[in-house]
Parts: sequence; C-alpha cells; structure tokens
Amino acid sequence: MSPGPDIVLSTRDLTKHFRIGGGLMGGPVRVVRAVDGITLDIRARETFALVGESGCGKTTLGRVMLRLQEPTSGAIHYRGADLTALDDAAMRALRKKLQIVFQDPYASLNPRMRIGEILAEPLRSHGFGGPAEIRDRCAELLEMVGLRRQYLRNYPHQFSGGQRQRIGIARALANKPDFVVCDESVSALDVSIQAQVLNLLSDLQDQLDLTYFFITHDLAVVRQFADRVGVMFLGCLVEVGATEDLFAQPLHPYTMLLMAAVPRPDPRQRGRQRPLMRGEIPSPMNLPSGCRFHTRCPFARDICRAEEPALQTLGGRSVACHFPLAG
Amino acid sequence: MMASLADTPAAAAETLEETSFLRDTLHAFRKNRMAMVGLAFVLALVAGAVFAPWISPHDPYRVALDDQLLPASASYWLGTDNFGRDVLTRILYGARVSLVVGIVPSLISMTIGTAMGILSGYVGGRTDFVIMRLADMMIAFPSLLLAMVVMYTLGANLLNIFLALALVGWASVARVVRSQTLALREKEFIEAARANGTARVTVMVRHIFPNVVPTLIVLFTLAIPEAIMWESSLSFLGVGVQPPEASWGLLVAKGKEYMFQAPLVALAPGVAILLTVLAFNFIGDGLRDALDPSMKD
Amino acid sequence: MAADPILSVRGLCVDFSGGRGDVRVLDDVSFDVGRGRIVGLVGESGSGKSMTALALMGLVPQPQGRIGARSILLDGTDLSRLGPAGLRAIRGRDIAMMFQEPMTALNPVRRVWEQVGEPLAIHRGLGRRAIRARVQEMFELVGIPEPQTRLDAYPHQLSGGLRQRAMIAMGLICEPKLLIADEPTTALDVTTQSQILALMRDLRDRVGTSIILITHDLGIIAEMCDEVNVMYAGQMIEQADVFDLFEHPSHPYTRGLLASIPRATGARVARRMPSIPGMVPNLAKLPPGCRFNPRCDAVMPVCRRHAPDLLRLGEGHVARCWLHEAQDALPKEQAP
Repeated sequence: MSPGPDIVLSTRDLTKHFRIGGGLMGGPVRVVRAVDGITLDIRARETFALVGESGCGKTTLGRVMLRLQEPTSGAIHYRGADLTALDDAAMRALRKKLQIVFQDPYASLNPRMRIGEILAEPLRSHGFGGPAEIRDRCAELLEMVGLRRQYLRNYPHQFSGGQRQRIGIARALANKPDFVVCDESVSALDVSIQAQVLNLLSDLQDQLDLTYFFITHDLAVVRQFADRVGVMFLGCLVEVGATEDLFAQPLHPYTMLLMAAVPRPDPRQRGRQRPLMRGEIPSPMNLPSGCRFHTRCPFARDICRAEEPALQTLGGRSVACHFPLAG
Repeated sequence: MMASLADTPAAAAETLEETSFLRDTLHAFRKNRMAMVGLAFVLALVAGAVFAPWISPHDPYRVALDDQLLPASASYWLGTDNFGRDVLTRILYGARVSLVVGIVPSLISMTIGTAMGILSGYVGGRTDFVIMRLADMMIAFPSLLLAMVVMYTLGANLLNIFLALALVGWASVARVVRSQTLALREKEFIEAARANGTARVTVMVRHIFPNVVPTLIVLFTLAIPEAIMWESSLSFLGVGVQPPEASWGLLVAKGKEYMFQAPLVALAPGVAILLTVLAFNFIGDGLRDALDPSMKD
Repeated sequence: MAADPILSVRGLCVDFSGGRGDVRVLDDVSFDVGRGRIVGLVGESGSGKSMTALALMGLVPQPQGRIGARSILLDGTDLSRLGPAGLRAIRGRDIAMMFQEPMTALNPVRRVWEQVGEPLAIHRGLGRRAIRARVQEMFELVGIPEPQTRLDAYPHQLSGGLRQRAMIAMGLICEPKLLIADEPTTALDVTTQSQILALMRDLRDRVGTSIILITHDLGIIAEMCDEVNVMYAGQMIEQADVFDLFEHPSHPYTRGLLASIPRATGARVARRMPSIPGMVPNLAKLPPGCRFNPRCDAVMPVCRRHAPDLLRLGEGHVARCWLHEAQDALPKEQAP
C-alpha cells in the first residue's frame, strides 16, 4: 500500500532486533526486540509525538527510520521512495531531507570544532557551493535560531545547553530538510529554556514547512506541542491518535496509567485517586506472552495472557488492546 | 548532581571572547611551575645541541692522548675521557644524537599508532581484531630483544635505530588511541556527522582525530624520554650508535670502564639523561593537566 | 511559623576559588524545615539547590569550596561549628542524603545489603547478622518485593526503581531526623517516579521523617511539598506555603516559571508558550542590582541599581523583589 501524496514518511512493519551473545565467545544468543513491527504514516507539516518510557524502543525507532541504523525487516518510504532499497550514494543524497536533532547538547557538537565549521560540514558534504556561500548560509542559520552571527567563531564549550541545542537545530536545518526527528531534544534543558526552544521549533515549523517526529517521555510537552501522538511500549505501538482525543479519553490502559502518573503542578489535586501500575517493566529480551502489557495491567484477563492484540482502528484512532477503555 | 558552575552560561547579548584551545592550554600550562622549568631546560638543551659546533670549547673527535682522563678544570669543565676528548663537548654533541633519536622515532610510532588505533576503533570488526592482535604481539614480545634483533640484522646505524624504536613503540599508542576512539564513536556528534552524510574517512580525520590530539600530545612528550632511554640502552649494549659518534648512551657505556679513575666520564652523561627525561616528564604532566580543564564542558 | 523547626539555616554562603578568581555560588541562604514536613527546594541549573544540600552535609569539595553560615541548627546542634569529625558523626545518623543517580551512588562491586547497612555499622556498631536483619526490615518498609532474596544482590541486578528504594532504605536506616532527597526521581520513568514519591509520602506519614526535596519539577513540588523555597542564581528568591506559592506566585521568576511549564491536564493552551527570555546569569559576572532584572517583565529602575532583600508578603510568604516594597522589609536575621 503506497502512501498518498501528503504523507511524508511512512513505515510498514518496521522491526529492529539486536542479537546479544554468541559469536567467538560462545554463550546463548538472545534477541532484543527493540522495535517490533511499527506501522506509521506521518503527514506533511504535522508534529507527530512518539511517547514512551525507557526501554520502549522509541530512540531506536527514530534512528532506524532515518537508516542511521539498519532495520532488521520492514519498509520505510519517504515521499514514495523506498529507503531500504537505496544504495549508499542515494541514501546520502537523501540525508539532506531527513534530519535529526539529538538529546544531549553537550555531546552532539564536536568540542574541537568552531560553530562555523560544525554548521558548514553538512553543507560541504552535499556540495552546497563555494566558501563565501557557505559562510553566508551558516550566518543565516545561526540567526534563524536566534543567535548572533559572530558566534560562528566560538567553540561549543562557551555556550549554555539551550544555546547548544539551538546550534544543533541550525545544523539540522542546513540543507533545508522537510522531515526532522527530534530525539528528546528538549529533555536535557532547564524548564524555562525548554519553553524557549519549543517555541523556536514551532516557529521554524511554520516558516519552513517542516514535519516533526518528536520523540519524548514527557507527556506534558506532548500535549503542548504535538498534533498526533503514538504511545509505545516494549517495541510496539499501543495507541495512536490526535493529541486532544488521546488526552481527553485514552483508550489503552497504559496510556491512562501514564497520564495518571504525571505529577500535576497544582497542589489542590494532590489528594486525587490514582491508579498505579503494578510490578516492574519486563525486559525486552524476555517478552511476556500474549499482550506485552498484561503483567502490569490492572484490567488484564485470561485472553490478555494468551493472545497479543493487534492494532485496530476505532474511529480515526488506533489501539492495541482486547478491552479498550472506551468505544 | 552537584550544582555545576559550568551550567551558568554567558548572556545571550554578550559577545563571547574569541578563544581557542591553544590559548587556554598555554595559559594553564604557564601556571605550572614544574612544567615551565622542564620547558626551560629542554629549550636550553635544544639550543645547546643546535649550536654545539659553535659553543663547544673543544673538538669532539680530536684525540689527545696526553690529556687522558683529566679531572674537571678551567679548560675542561667536566674533564676528559680516555681519548683526551672533552666530556662537555661530547655531551653537547651527544645531545644532538639523543634528541633526534628521541623525537624522530616517537613521531613515527605516534603516526603509525594513531592511524592504526583510529582505524581499529572506528571501523571495528575484523580490522579491529587483526590490528589489535598485531599490537598484542608487539607488546608481548620483549622489546629490547626485538630492537636488538633489528639492529643486529640490519646493521647499527641511525636510520635503523629509528626503525627499531618505531616498531617497538607503535602498539601501546594504538591501544590508547583505540580506546579513546571507541568512547568518541558513541558520542552524538559522530552520529550527527553520519546523519549529515559525511563519509567514513572524513569522520575519522575531521572528528575523531582532533579529539584525540590532546592525548597524543601528552603521549608524545612522554615517548621522547622513553626513546632516549631506549637509545641509551641499545648503545650501551653495543647495537646502537657506533663510535666515534657520540650519544649519551654510548658515553655512559664507554665511560663505565673508567668509573673509579674518572667518574665524571660516565656520570655526566648519565645525569644529562636523567635531567632530560625528568624535564620531558614535567612537560608531559603539565600538558596533561593544562589540556584537561580546557576540554571540560 | 511552626513550633521549633528541625532545621534552621541562617545566612548560608558557599564560595569557590577557581582559575579565574572567586565565585560566590550560594549567597545568604536562609530557610526552616518544620518537624515532619516536606520542604521543597526548587530551581534550575546554577540556582544552587544541590549546592545547598552539599553544604548542609558538609560535602562541598575542599579546598576550592568554602562554607560560611551564621548558623545551621539541626535539632539544636549547630552544624556550621562542627569540624570534620563532628560532621562525620552526624552524617548518616542524624542527617541523610539520597542522590539522583542510584547506579553511581551505589558501589557496583558490593552487595546491596552491605551498603544499605553501612550506616548501621558506622553509627551503631552492629554486627553482620543484626545488620542483615535490619536491612531486610527496611526493604520491607520501602516496598522491595522478596526482600530476603534481594539482600545479596548487586546494584546492577536491580531495576532503577528498586535501586532508588534501596537508597531510601539506606537513608532512613538510622532513623535520621532529616532526609535530603536530591532529584530522587529525575532518572526514573514517570510510572516508577509516582511509586517512589508515594513511598516517600507514606514514610513521612508513618515514621515522621522531615524531608528536604530538591527538584526542578514544579509538578513534584505541588504533589509532595508543604513549603517551597525557590532559588535563582544562588539566592533564595521566594518562600511560601505550597498552596500560596501556586495560587499567588509573587516573584516574577516564579510567575514566569509557572507560566512556561507545559501541562498534561487542564484547559487547552496555545502551542506557543510564554517563556522567560534570556538565560541564567554567569555567577562570576552578575548584573548590578537584582540578579533577575535582565530577564524580568516587571523590571523597574530601582531593580537595576539595588539588590532587593527578602520582603515579607504575608504569613510565611517572602519574596526577594522590589515590586512588593509596600509591605514591611524584613531585616535579614529574621527571614521567614
């Protein structure tokens, strides 16, 4: 099924399994099913948030979607082109259009390169033009993210976390991409800086017609910033839907429990009854039988232990549960 | 966990002072007194070696059998050796050989070691396996024996000394560089380079290598005294520099026979080796300390 | 405020001598912790909240760091007058600390029971069997399932949530008067976080430990704390009862912070959020007058010239801001 013209990136049954053990040293081979069959369509100019806790595979999915790590199986289509079928040269050329902004502002910039060189690198890799044109474009990029062009001559360690993250964003925008993966891009920032950077991302999206795939663990940021949300648990999508719909009425127990667990900045609500999740997060190497979530689910029944639910559509939304909370 | 001073950034409207790693490093280095003393000594030594022909009081090769094994005096500041040659002059000329033998093989082994280490660490897989096993073999084999075998087989001249020492030295450099590369490879800015479509070789040269340079500088300043020691040992054993050339090792070797008659003949070059090795070690330590804070975020 | 507090800090200052001169990272910090209360210390990077905890424990790195205070009274004992031996005696016994990263705070090569029980060995001189028994009791108290089997585990064999519970157990094992929790849940998933926070509240209710909770998350503050201290650039800038702080935030920084946090519940908001412009100042190059003035939306000429003191706004509510000069200005000695 080929995506329609207004879909920028789509995945079909995308999987990434890691093999651990074996090899020269012997020992049992175990498989970590980090990403286990993800099917998604990302529409042009939307912000799609992927939310989940640690170990759910969201970071891996972000990397695999851009073929920064090779998928084990499944398809990725960018505007109709099958990314998995491209050779190295063609893939490199497409990297102008598919970009990523990382989480750690301290590790994502080469400490020994000046800002100007950091921004020039993607331009040079794709033959942007001569030194003068590159210089101008770098200055333009810096100003686009709210920094002065004089900073081109400085080094990363002279900047704060928020400023470095802006530089990371500028670098991602160098070659005019249209799909940008933001991998926990504001998670390492102070709260007040987070707001600034989210506003910047929002403005840039309007100015440059960008599509965002926004990976995060922070539900509050999702509500503020995303158009659609996908909730991920142990390598699978458990719920997908428009932000307001999801927050008004979560369909999957995991979504509901996640929302209940987020602390609210309102002391009057502290006494509220809150369902808590049971047990511990299962290991991705040792998945539970049936529904992956059943060991932690307060509503689990026999069928949940036996059979894994498929992602079904329920009025414009999707949920993978035998007993969705509504509808 | 501790409130980090590094988290207090410069104000947005400020023009940041244009700095460079060189400037910060030099500034920190200058504050280290031991390192500066070491540097002064090395510079003086280099000057002495370079200008040896002009400042030496005597001819290092002229034999004067009437003046054998004289004690220190006004005309022979450190006395003479068994051929009547001025010890001080021999030391100055020996410095030329020892310094060259200290620096050149170190450069070679650093270059080979760095290339192998980065390749091994970044590419991984079979390349890594092969290179590391090779390095293991080099390290496991007794180095002095290896050097001696090379010198004996190929002949004892300066070029072969370079070869022998480079062969012995590259493996430990490769190991250190490899582990640094492995750590750097996981950093997000390397991923970012790949996400930008940068070619593998470019990543190794433009991203990994510059971040390994601080370690290399320190390794280099510590490799030099090691090479000087090696040369001294080889020459002492007779498979290094050959007479009538002077090298400190050779001077000690030949001078030991006259330890009780004219101790200065052996002791003076020995002390020269000691001071030089110390000086380079101070510089290396100072550099290591100076490079650390300027690398810190 | 309350009848005598378990902790009373007056005029705490910490200075660091660095390569380019001295910097004062904590300036005249004063606050109280009531008995059995949970007091929040909230702020962003460079605010000094973690440094405050380290200063209370006497763990500021020497010799670059220097602590100075008019008094730090813990149930009558002045910590600022104690020498290293005195501080060692009370650490773990009367005042305990929980850290953010349980993996690095726990020694990976020692079994969990040995570490959790270490304060008992140091302060009560208990033997091996007694320690194991007590650690198991603590594990039950903090809700670690199958406690007897976990005693002999190594830290890496426990999940993040369990490790943090072990840290709580270690902190409480000598029944300290005061527990300092420094970002105890930042490294945990939100579901584990809510379990740990519930546990801490429960322990406070049952055992009566007073807690200083350090965090940057205003949601956690709202859920957990009785009183709140807001810090900015090394100073205390607002102190209030938690309900008061959220309903009547008085300092422009507090107001800006509350306005700029995204919320998972409540009314729909515009995508573009209000945000505080600018950045935290460099402590070595502070602006003249109020430290917040370059970023303040209510700045007045006086703010740029004179640094404000803590001004009283009402019962137990103070703010370091000229906007509220109408109320009586408190002389420094009397803080909250």
